[in-house]
Amino acid sequence: MQPRKRQTIGEWIFKASLVLSGGLIVAVLGLMCLTLLTHAWPSIVALKWKFVTTNTWDPITSTFGAEAFVIGTLLTSLLALFISLPFSLSVSIFLGEYAQRGILSEVFKAMINMLAGIPSVIYGFWGLFVLVPWIRTFQIWVGIPPFGIGIFTAALILALMIIPYAAAIGRDVIAMVPNELKEGAYSLGATRMEVLLTIVLPTARSGLFAGTLLSFGRAIGETMAVTMVIGNSNLLPTSIFAPGNTMASVIANEFSEATNAIHVSSLIELALYLFVITAIINIIGKWIIQRTEVSHG
Amino acid sequence: MRTGHETWRQCKNNAFHGLIILFSAILFLPLAAIIFHILKNGLHVLSWEFLTALPKPMGESGGGVGNAIAGTLLLIVLSSLIAIPIGIFTGVYLSENTHGKFSHIIHVAVDMLQGTPSIVIGIAAYIWIVKPMGHFSAFSGGVALALMMLPVIIKSTEETLKRIPNTLKEAALALGAPYYRTMLQIIIPTGFQGILTGVLLGIARVSGESAPLLFTAFGNPFLNLNMNKTVQALPLLIFNYATSPYEDWQAYAWGSSCLLLIFILSLTLLTKAIRPQ
Repeated sequence: MQPRKRQTIGEWIFKASLVLSGGLIVAVLGLMCLTLLTHAWPSIVALKWKFVTTNTWDPITSTFGAEAFVIGTLLTSLLALFISLPFSLSVSIFLGEYAQRGILSEVFKAMINMLAGIPSVIYGFWGLFVLVPWIRTFQIWVGIPPFGIGIFTAALILALMIIPYAAAIGRDVIAMVPNELKEGAYSLGATRMEVLLTIVLPTARSGLFAGTLLSFGRAIGETMAVTMVIGNSNLLPTSIFAPGNTMASVIANEFSEATNAIHVSSLIELALYLFVITAIINIIGKWIIQRTEVSHG
Repeated sequence: MRTGHETWRQCKNNAFHGLIILFSAILFLPLAAIIFHILKNGLHVLSWEFLTALPKPMGESGGGVGNAIAGTLLLIVLSSLIAIPIGIFTGVYLSENTHGKFSHIIHVAVDMLQGTPSIVIGIAAYIWIVKPMGHFSAFSGGVALALMMLPVIIKSTEETLKRIPNTLKEAALALGAPYYRTMLQIIIPTGFQGILTGVLLGIARVSGESAPLLFTAFGNPFLNLNMNKTVQALPLLIFNYATSPYEDWQAYAWGSSCLLLIFILSLTLLTKAIRPQ
């Protein structure tokens, strides 16, 4: 134990500001939750469950049923997750197992970093001017209405945006698998593929799940790129190629023009749900990753 | 002697390896396509006039995005002024108190803040600042971006300081230096590179953000450096001009994308160069 000393003013101010800064972060989070809740309250009280179970969204008649946006969000995010999985998993395996060091590893890392660094709005812009015409050609070729924009296009862009995030987590958890386990399998004559499929991936399973969950959380809240290519239709999407809207994109489109109090409130209610869902996903995901880090030392 | 079964297993093994490389390498295609289209459509737009002039009214040629560049810089300065001190102090607290209950709560809060969608942060900044003040402002945009920068700065500060050997701190304390001077004059300067990396990464993260600015900084066709008024930003301009039907404006958007991408990539390269090994 240190002997008790008379603390100087400077010492006291310094320690107090450390605690205050940390407290401020916690306070901001709490306040954010509270603010969203109070501002969404009028809409929660007025619309109750109808808010998520009906699908007519018409600000002019003050009808607010957000079912189409909830479905749009789930559809784009799940589709993006589905598309991204083979790629993010491959990159994770490549960087975490095949090439932990070396030139090729650096090249792939640089690629992932660049994909992660491109701003959302540029993904959307590129999607709108380059990807949408490609999709349109594809749709004409297949013989479905050539919207170009729509849920599928948004999911493609989203997949591209979440791959770097999922791959970074996947690489870390795969690289964390203890060498003794792998060496054990190799010494029994297993090939590298057999080691990967029977030892590495099962051991890293929970971490990979957490990475997928966290990138799903990313996809749910992603706004600008989706807003630009999803087509902004308030109707219930009829197919994955139809235009739609997500919870985030409808906020981006309508919030600054909403004048009616219940309209503003229902948009904030959407923001509240986004906040709560992503918060839960993040807490669970980070908790799983932390647990695997501890168990693998 | 190899049996047929072993050869078959080897084949499968090689095929699997090839498949993994193939799926990883496919990702180069979209990345190359994005960079190619931005350079092709954006590079020739860049000029001295483009960087400094204000947008011309519809129908007149020329003009530039000087207002958006100035606005983006103003927003970066504002958000840095807020986020850097708070972020570093929180990071110091977390690195010094690794096991406390309060540290645990802060950790959870930082994780939640990092995962919060940027559009939600924009709405919060709108309710907290724009609504009481009665008008959109660069300041509210700066606050929104600061909230997005904070987790990055906090995490890199914490990680950096945790890696500094305890003996350094003990030596300073043993010489009679008070705790706060040990931290401010020995520990933080030792971790300076790592902290700076975090700050630059934070800036790179927010300089491309547009969702939190939609209802805060709002955009402005004129040059403004008053933080009480609305301000244009490059990502906002890209969003507005990209969705406009005018070809001149779309060309502005390509040029701005090019500029923004160059800015963000150079920031990332800079962090690579100074990151402590």
